[in-house]
Amino acid sequence: MTTVQTATGAAETMVLNMGPQHPSTHGVLRVVLELEGETVVKARPDIGYLHTGIEKSCEAKTYSQVITLTDRLDYLAPLSNNLCYCLAVEKLLGLEVPKRAQYIRVLLTELTRIGSHLVWLGTHAIDLGAMSVFLYCFREREEVLNIFEMVSGQRMMTSYFRIGGLALEPPAGWLDRVDRFVRAFPGRIEEYEDLLTQNRIWLARTKGVGVLSAEDAVAWGVSGPSLRGSGVAFDVRKFFPYSSYEEFEFDVPTRTEGDCYARYLLRVAEMRESLKIVRQAMDKIPADGPIRTEAPGIVPPQREKMKTEMEALIYHFKIFTEGFSPPPGEVYQTIESPRGELGFFVASDGSPKPLRVKVRAPSFVNLQALPKLAEGRLIADVVACIGTIDIVLGEVDR
Amino acid sequence: MTQTQDLEQNPVVQKLRAWDAQAVAEVREFRGELTLVVPREHLRRAAEFLQGEAGLEFAYLSDITGVDRFPNEPRFELNYHLLSISRRERLRLKVCIAGADPAVETVTPVWPTANWHEREVFDLFGIRFAGHPDLRRILMPEDWEGYPLRKDYPVEGFR
Repeated sequence: MTTVQTATGAAETMVLNMGPQHPSTHGVLRVVLELEGETVVKARPDIGYLHTGIEKSCEAKTYSQVITLTDRLDYLAPLSNNLCYCLAVEKLLGLEVPKRAQYIRVLLTELTRIGSHLVWLGTHAIDLGAMSVFLYCFREREEVLNIFEMVSGQRMMTSYFRIGGLALEPPAGWLDRVDRFVRAFPGRIEEYEDLLTQNRIWLARTKGVGVLSAEDAVAWGVSGPSLRGSGVAFDVRKFFPYSSYEEFEFDVPTRTEGDCYARYLLRVAEMRESLKIVRQAMDKIPADGPIRTEAPGIVPPQREKMKTEMEALIYHFKIFTEGFSPPPGEVYQTIESPRGELGFFVASDGSPKPLRVKVRAPSFVNLQALPKLAEGRLIADVVACIGTIDIVLGEVDR
Repeated sequence: MTQTQDLEQNPVVQKLRAWDAQAVAEVREFRGELTLVVPREHLRRAAEFLQGEAGLEFAYLSDITGVDRFPNEPRFELNYHLLSISRRERLRLKVCIAGADPAVETVTPVWPTANWHEREVFDLFGIRFAGHPDLRRILMPEDWEGYPLRKDYPVEGFR
């Protein structure tokens, strides 16, 4: 902690480090605050504490091996990362994925959105002093994770989407479990809203706090609920549909206030919209059909074929020893992750390993706008601002 | 892949050509994505034009990605992924930079969001951005030596 003289010499300000070890920074974020009394004059986010060089590691792996790394970027939405990377490589290869796999992908990524928003709501509420919401949110998130475990065998690092389709056939009866969740969940959202939406303390802590104008949001590249909370109705699912999103009916909620409360209302509304998409996907998913596309040499063949066909056995061996080589070129694929526009830039030089994998992480870009939200307000509001832009440091630092 | 003549018919390409014929060195399309290769010295001007011009309105910069094509020359590539929210269109600007003393003009005055993206490229590739307000390392420690995403930087055992 140091005391410095400002340029004008009029007032003394204090520089205070918030983080990297601070419970409300959601990981290892350091914010250097310049304070005048309790008012924030300047806020400067400092990142990189969780940098693991994932993009560099990707260049030393085959295209299929990269999938396991993508889980670890945004660890609250592993399936969104899986999906975006797989779509990028599929675009590079020109692969079409069977409809059944596409619908299952949509269903699971929307459940991911619900799960991620639940963690956000719970931790944001705990930051602002509402303990019980956290317990309710994690109760429902547990059920979402149970569904993931049922289909993929993993609660968090799922790696369930593969290039050309899915890793495994989902187990019998998994849709019944989804159905139970979908029936119970609307009542649960009402419980959270009962606790917060009209809560006077919640209103005092979020309404009019961290206001972001539409112009600033666009100029600073903010995306996701933070952008829509400022009145810009940009949603990748509607603008550039992927994985058959154009066949689903849902609204993109927007608000114009641009404050923390608007972003809270938006994410709650988004959970309801996601539920709508999940319901539609449940009706659309055919009872049987292929979950992987037929692409010899790229997508692993079915186990039965390998026992009877020589080619299938050879392809299987080649895919897992040397991988496959997409044509030289580069693609930029985006999806709407729970946090905003998630993008994967994948460049190929015609070898079995990617020349470059770049992750356009929504948290990284959104965090850059933190000074816009926090400057001129109190320290306590900084906590609300960090919470409301919903960052995941695994994705920020990569 | 679409024919070169068809690509020249693209409204974005035509607008840019009409504005300055020198500003676009090459037009490419791959998997439905339009890429404009812009000479390094025209990048900043082209960025301003694309951002502000009515009918283009690329007000949103999604991302800046560096690529190292070592040992080929020009060694470095920068890809600017632009988005026009009003016209629902994406565009990629590509700038090629030689390996010796790589530098390019900053686009932070055009898109403020470029600040961190350019810092990241500087940090991991060592490409400098002339006129950047705060060009420091962002992900690696401040006293780090070397640029990790360069191809001549090993994945393991650097130190």
